[in-house]
Amino acid sequence: MSEALASPASPMALFWACNWLALQGFGGVLPLAQRVLVERHRWVSRERFLELLSLSQVLPGPNIVNLLIMLGYQWFGWRGALASVSGILLAPLVLVLGLAVLAAHWRDQPMVAGGLRGMGVVAAALVLSTAAKLAPGLRGNPLGLAACVVFALLTALAIGWLRWPLVWVVLGLGLPACALAWWRLAKS
Amino acid sequence: MNAWLFGTLGLTPADWLTLFGHFMVLSLLAVGGAITTAPDMHRYIVGQRGWLDDAQFTASVALAQAAPGPNVLFVAVIGFNVGGLMGVLATLLGTLLPSTVLALIVARLGQAMRQHRGAIAFTAGLAPLTMGLLLSTGWILLDPVRNRPAAWLLVALTLWVMLRTKANPLWLIAVGAVAGAAGWV
Repeated sequence: MSEALASPASPMALFWACNWLALQGFGGVLPLAQRVLVERHRWVSRERFLELLSLSQVLPGPNIVNLLIMLGYQWFGWRGALASVSGILLAPLVLVLGLAVLAAHWRDQPMVAGGLRGMGVVAAALVLSTAAKLAPGLRGNPLGLAACVVFALLTALAIGWLRWPLVWVVLGLGLPACALAWWRLAKS
Repeated sequence: MNAWLFGTLGLTPADWLTLFGHFMVLSLLAVGGAITTAPDMHRYIVGQRGWLDDAQFTASVALAQAAPGPNVLFVAVIGFNVGGLMGVLATLLGTLLPSTVLALIVARLGQAMRQHRGAIAFTAGLAPLTMGLLLSTGWILLDPVRNRPAAWLLVALTLWVMLRTKANPLWLIAVGAVAGAAGWV
């Protein structure tokens, strides 16, 4: 860690680095982003990276996009933000839309329909595995484990089973949960 | 050509606007990541408007996971299947614009608020909701196959591999594709 940090040379350099990142990252780009931006290019320190990461997790929207917007903006203003976001999105967008065109075209073939169905099952399970990986983190939540379980189950019931609109669930359950967390934090 | 640009569902200008507006609202609710808003996209696009069926919705998410890049691109595939490139514009811009503006504002203001009790309470309070939303997303994506026992076997296998090994999820998606094409699930 003796080498000094250096900002990217230009928005274009940032664009290509993000582009490279995007095309290498299957199943999530975030872990790779740290390796490329912090370790390979040394554009940002590990501490600063983690700080911006936790900030982008508080903000709504895709974490990786938020993180790259803030980094790009820090280096080159709005041109940097544009360079990083288009770098991370453009090439994969073209690729995935190409896949979508092919899939839509062949959808009536039983083998393609079956393949898509099988991929869908795995996609669902991947989302469930994210939930399973996040679950231990709830132990340290200021709400307390019992309240966390209740809020999680009520959310799953309202959204997954009753199919209520997300707005009402976030307002109806999210506000009380945040208020409770605020109150518990004050007491501790 | 028109099907690529506008889809085949014949959406009206009012439809485009409401689609865009719906995704803008969801953008601001996506605190646990874009995928946590998938249930509400499903409720709106499959349930309320009938623009896609269960199988198309799940396949859209699956395709995005099979391709490289940020997972948020599943939104673009849903948009494409609803209304071609115009649909992509509506869903992807709707998803990115509000949260991007917020991130830029925060980048300007600096990070003074990060240690603030309000920010900690906000994150902590929404963490269990994120958990509930992820469970709901998994459940809803299984809508097309929920009565097939073999599908549940594949779910169990995927969970086991993801939690017990460091294997790349891409292999699992390939296994799913082969199993599905062979007619096992």
